[in-house]
Amino acid sequence: MQTLTQAARSQTTAAQGAPLAIEAHQLVKLFGRHRAVDGVDLQVRAGTVYGLLGPNGAGKTTTVRMLATLLRPDGGQARIFGYDVVKEAQRVRQLIGVTGQYASVDETLTAMENLMLFGRLLGLSRRDARQTAERLLEQFGLTEAKNRPLRHFSGGMRRRLDLAASLIARPPLIFLDEPTTGLDPRTRAQMWDTIRDLVREGTTVLLTTQYLDEADQLAERIAVIDRGRVIAEGTPDELKSSVGQSSLHLTFQNPADVPRAREIVEAALGAQATPSPEGRRLIAPVSDTSRLPDVLVALKAAGIEISELGVQKPTLDEVFLTLTGHNAEPTTEGEDADVQPRA
Amino acid sequence: MSNRALDTVPARVSATSTLSQSLTMAYRGLLKVRRTPEQLFDVTVQPIIFTLMFTYIFGGAVSGNPQNYLPLVIPGILVQTVITASVVTGVQLREDMDKGVFDRFRSLPIARIAPLAGALIADTVRYLIATLLTFAVGFIMGWRPQGGAFHVVLAGLLVIVCAFALSWIFAFFGVIARTATSVQGISMLILFPLTFLSNAYVPVNTMPKWLQAFVNINPLSHLIAAVRDLANRGLVTSDIAISLAGAVILMLVFAPLAVRMYMRKV
Repeated sequence: MQTLTQAARSQTTAAQGAPLAIEAHQLVKLFGRHRAVDGVDLQVRAGTVYGLLGPNGAGKTTTVRMLATLLRPDGGQARIFGYDVVKEAQRVRQLIGVTGQYASVDETLTAMENLMLFGRLLGLSRRDARQTAERLLEQFGLTEAKNRPLRHFSGGMRRRLDLAASLIARPPLIFLDEPTTGLDPRTRAQMWDTIRDLVREGTTVLLTTQYLDEADQLAERIAVIDRGRVIAEGTPDELKSSVGQSSLHLTFQNPADVPRAREIVEAALGAQATPSPEGRRLIAPVSDTSRLPDVLVALKAAGIEISELGVQKPTLDEVFLTLTGHNAEPTTEGEDADVQPRA
Repeated sequence: MSNRALDTVPARVSATSTLSQSLTMAYRGLLKVRRTPEQLFDVTVQPIIFTLMFTYIFGGAVSGNPQNYLPLVIPGILVQTVITASVVTGVQLREDMDKGVFDRFRSLPIARIAPLAGALIADTVRYLIATLLTFAVGFIMGWRPQGGAFHVVLAGLLVIVCAFALSWIFAFFGVIARTATSVQGISMLILFPLTFLSNAYVPVNTMPKWLQAFVNINPLSHLIAAVRDLANRGLVTSDIAISLAGAVILMLVFAPLAVRMYMRKV
């Protein structure tokens, strides 16, 4: 009577607040000698959007694939609504929907045929499969294109169909792996609306993204992942305040000035400034913009010439610079990460 | 809009669901064939070319004239063509598995065997086309099977069933190989000796003794003999039993192997 035990288990969790939709402990995945995922811990409450933020190659997709039973972990455990992703994979698959970076739909079939196929596979009758397909096509604005083969679909249409296919069984948990990468701004906004609608209906969403603003817009909590590890976790506000509300970007005429300028900037702002890799720029978090004039005055007094100046809201790059001390660039294989302890 | 209840998730897929999921996947295979009819090139052209070619090249030498050669060669070509078509099943499966849609199949709560079984079931249509065309070309060239229509149909079905069983071997290669070309390569290496070192084109007693030993244990020789006896003479021989037993054994070995490797490969 494993079903009863499981029900009991999720009830106990519910007693402590919302039950956990995802619970990962020290997940590890090796590709050869490269540790693509290197001990990831995650706890995602049911009914929330959780953002997994990180650059290309950080291990986001690998983590999602392990949680979605598509990849077997080399270490650690993960549970989806209390079910083990390895030992109870068949059960987990009934509770999840997966939408990947590339469209996991059949190119040779039409949109309608694709949705019908997945509906039939999920055990719907021919009639129910058709109705569900019609409803989803309508919801995603694909009704007019329903009888066209996917070869003729645009990237945005494919993504929408892909997401529609993940919703046929109304799974309580949906994995969205970079759902808006490569989409134009309008389609991206549509995608965001769709994701918000999902959550309103009680669906839990695990979203991976390279964009801080996307995680900021959608996610209630964010884990920043880099080189296979979670390096920071919290609400978007917590993360942003850890890097400063905005950051000051300074470019200097003379690279030799950078070390001296760094001391001045750090003194004036009371925060650590980071030189950029090419050595002509400085980036420093700004918690109080009223101090900015002091920085400029002090630099002028020291005779340091500034060629470019800007104040920017935090980008993923700054989050990364602040958290890891390196840029948000794709991880190179076998390189040892100088990762700071978890924030 | 309520989500699926969390406490009603069964641990495994029932046998009836497995069957219906496999048939749904087979339906997908047929839709694909309809969209890309060029996939049928091999099963339409090969029966015509091979039948014409082999009959006129070897007919005189083996049977005195092409006409007398037909009862011997048509079953041989039939088996070779259909079995070769089953190799393509493995190659196409490999190509298909590299596409994104297979990721979705893997993440769905469906029987693990369904995507494989579906592809293989859909391909029986290819075998059917090859069978019909081979018989038709033979008939046009003057082959008059004495076993009668019923036995000819039976012979065709026997070949299709055996090809389906054999296609699990190539599905297994399809699953473990890295590229579609390597599936083609490995499969052809197995297929050529099997089809040519058989009784398909020449009487076995013209071969050296050591070769006869191999030819006589070659399962395809039994299948070809069974088809000849059925179609040409309306005889139900022990070769049918041997062919079917071989088919079942192959399937029992390779279907679980293919599914296991498929599940492990991500």
